[in-house]
Amino acid sequence: MWLLRGVSLLVALLVTLPLLYVVGYTVDAGWAQVSRLVFRARVLELTWNTVRLTLAAIAMCALVGTTTAWLVGRTALRGRRLWHVLMVAPLAIPAFVNSYAWVSLVPGLHGFGGALLIVTLSYFPLVYLPVSAMLGGLDPALEEVSRSLGFGSWGTFRRVVLPQLRPALLGGSLLVGLHLLAEFGALRMLQYPTFTTAIYDQYRSSFAGPAANSLATVLVIACLFLLLTELRLRGHRHLARVGHGTARATTRLRAGRWATPGLVLVASVAVLAVGLPMAMLARWLWVGSSTTLELGTLTATLTQSLLLGLVAALATTALALPVAWLSVRHAGPFATLLERSTYVSSALPGIVVALALVTLTISFAQPWYQTAPVLVIAYVILFMPRAMVGLQAAIRQVPPALDEVASSLGAGVVARFARVTLPLIAPGAGAGAALVFLAVITELTSTLLLAPIGTETLATTFWGYSSSLAYGAAAPYAVLMVVLSLPATYLLTRPTRKGHLR
Amino acid sequence: MASVVALAALTLSACGTTSDTTADASATTLTLYNAQHEALMQPVIDAFEDETGIAVQMRNGDDSELSNLLVQEGEASPADLFVTENSPGMSLVSDAGLFAELDQDTLEQTPTQYQPTDGTWVGFAARSTVLVYDARTLDSAGLPASLMDLADPVWEGRLGISPAGADFQAIVSAVVQLEGEDAAAAWLAGLKANAKIYDGNSTVMKAVNAGEIDAGVVYHYYWYQDRAEGGDNSANVELHYFGDQDPGAFLSVSGAGVLASSEHPAEAQQFVAFLTSAQGQAAIAGSKALEYTIASDAESNPALPPLSDLDPPVVDPTSLNGPLVVELMQQAGLL
Repeated sequence: MWLLRGVSLLVALLVTLPLLYVVGYTVDAGWAQVSRLVFRARVLELTWNTVRLTLAAIAMCALVGTTTAWLVGRTALRGRRLWHVLMVAPLAIPAFVNSYAWVSLVPGLHGFGGALLIVTLSYFPLVYLPVSAMLGGLDPALEEVSRSLGFGSWGTFRRVVLPQLRPALLGGSLLVGLHLLAEFGALRMLQYPTFTTAIYDQYRSSFAGPAANSLATVLVIACLFLLLTELRLRGHRHLARVGHGTARATTRLRAGRWATPGLVLVASVAVLAVGLPMAMLARWLWVGSSTTLELGTLTATLTQSLLLGLVAALATTALALPVAWLSVRHAGPFATLLERSTYVSSALPGIVVALALVTLTISFAQPWYQTAPVLVIAYVILFMPRAMVGLQAAIRQVPPALDEVASSLGAGVVARFARVTLPLIAPGAGAGAALVFLAVITELTSTLLLAPIGTETLATTFWGYSSSLAYGAAAPYAVLMVVLSLPATYLLTRPTRKGHLR
Repeated sequence: MASVVALAALTLSACGTTSDTTADASATTLTLYNAQHEALMQPVIDAFEDETGIAVQMRNGDDSELSNLLVQEGEASPADLFVTENSPGMSLVSDAGLFAELDQDTLEQTPTQYQPTDGTWVGFAARSTVLVYDARTLDSAGLPASLMDLADPVWEGRLGISPAGADFQAIVSAVVQLEGEDAAAAWLAGLKANAKIYDGNSTVMKAVNAGEIDAGVVYHYYWYQDRAEGGDNSANVELHYFGDQDPGAFLSVSGAGVLASSEHPAEAQQFVAFLTSAQGQAAIAGSKALEYTIASDAESNPALPPLSDLDPPVVDPTSLNGPLVVELMQQAGLL
């Protein structure tokens, strides 16, 4: 027990290292220096850019995500299963690949408008998924009551459905916001400077100096602000059914004359978010394979990416396990604190985590600077919640009695874990590990800063080519990233509840 | 748990080393912190490896990123060699006292105006500042006489720059050196008002080609490279050399040096000697990089106008101050 707590505490400390570093750095650098670098016109400009894009993107993603989820989930739309898959599919296309596809088609796609278009198309599934799941689980009785009291379709949606969607909308919006604050590649390609791209510029101009770290502090504050806002807005309203029996499956609306506009709307979203990027990728792949395809480099890069992904997935799952176990089996303030701390750190943008690890390794552990283990640690910090969610769910489903029975039959701690617990939690752990693996394959920012000499991943090679406008040469790497992301994305489209999307 | 991570780390590092050493495993491998274009360095490295059997592995980055990293790493740096695109990065490392003095023979291969007086590094290539302009909207009469004119409000919204890159920062450092800090600050404020910000010089040129902006400040070889490859991003673009010893005719020197902390000093010295030798310079001239060769009286690539026609301003490469430029650009809001 004490061992479990100790290990969990160490894991939590490791994961909160970047956050502690940023706080420590700001205190250490002193107010005078930090204020000189933070309170200047450029930072005001970056703040304005970051804030307006974040708010506009959250609004657009909520609008597009909810509208499409409602059309696909609650109206008698033709080909619902296909549309559902297509509305989730953008998640398999990293935002920087999406913007590459768009920019190579429309070179003038710059600034706020372009950035808003691309991030909306890339991130609206983050709202679509939770809203779609929630819509499928609503109790139709509530809506029928509303109808019987004289409200029309719109009135019912606004007064009854929308309030019930609130947790899903807020959670999705929080994810959109956090993704956006961390987004580097896509915005860089669209020439839209935000805090994250500016930190990278400062890093290139003066390495991990005060300028980069001061901006990182502001970015961290923005992320924490988002987290807290979401917690406050979530509220404490009860949304569960209290009546007897089981809720009926939801009914579908006959759209009548609105059927065609609805279909057109969903189809255009699919074309813009999936069709266009895939068509451009195919085009550049065709161009690229005729000019510059170095199969050797491609294979070497793919191997590096797969290896890093596998190792990071294993390490993250292994390190998340004690914390997950503690939070489920020995719930209490201590366990909750540790568990929550792993979430807070993963809300930090990759650039902040990387910057912290660069400085910490150079100052205190120089032989480790730019080695694979430190890169893996960055991945662990960034992606731990993905492993945690699956593990916690799996552990909850294992009856503690099994453990006790094994114990009474004389099995020790190790034997109990290996022969009883592990086989039972393996599916949940595997799903979590798969999510980590995928995130690593498309991770760009931390990898750019932390990769060891000679290590190129699919994402960094793609980035190198596309930054020097070698669109054809970049295409095979983008295609591989999309292909590798497909299986997990498909998993996300499977019905979350029985009856949903029949 | 810890053992899983350790094992994983071991597997990874093992894979890393096997893929790195392409040549004879027993031979020395030099670590080169490379801020130059790979297209320029790779042919030289290949020729060097063929000639000597010494392998060179590159760690790529930007001038300022790698020079600041070297300063932070100090004596413990794994680097044996450092090459940059522009000289301010070399000065930063040199001022920190991290370079070894180069062999006399090596220093004599490069004209004195392309190296500092203390012999800590040498120039091995050079690039000229140019204005790329849209030949459809601007004729030669509408071109500015000086780089400093670009701060004029008539250029508002018509100009493109890539301020986060070391190339543009080197040009700014020449402006600071030639015109003084105050004039440079005023010029930067003008650019902040006039210029659209792009990421990378090829992106600036592409925007000019597409008609998004009328002109951009870049180095000459971006245009020559693109024209050599068919001109996808430069068909509508022409070059304007400022000449006349204007700050806009600044010739930026790419430097090479040996780290004092190198564990293979003899081999590292050998590399810099090769880089500036007739053979190394020929490899650069024959590459797709299209930068000027400046050592061992080597001929530059014949596609380029002669170096002697460019009439650049006289700038002592050691006087260029990278950190001051970054600070001025931060104040101007360009960074």
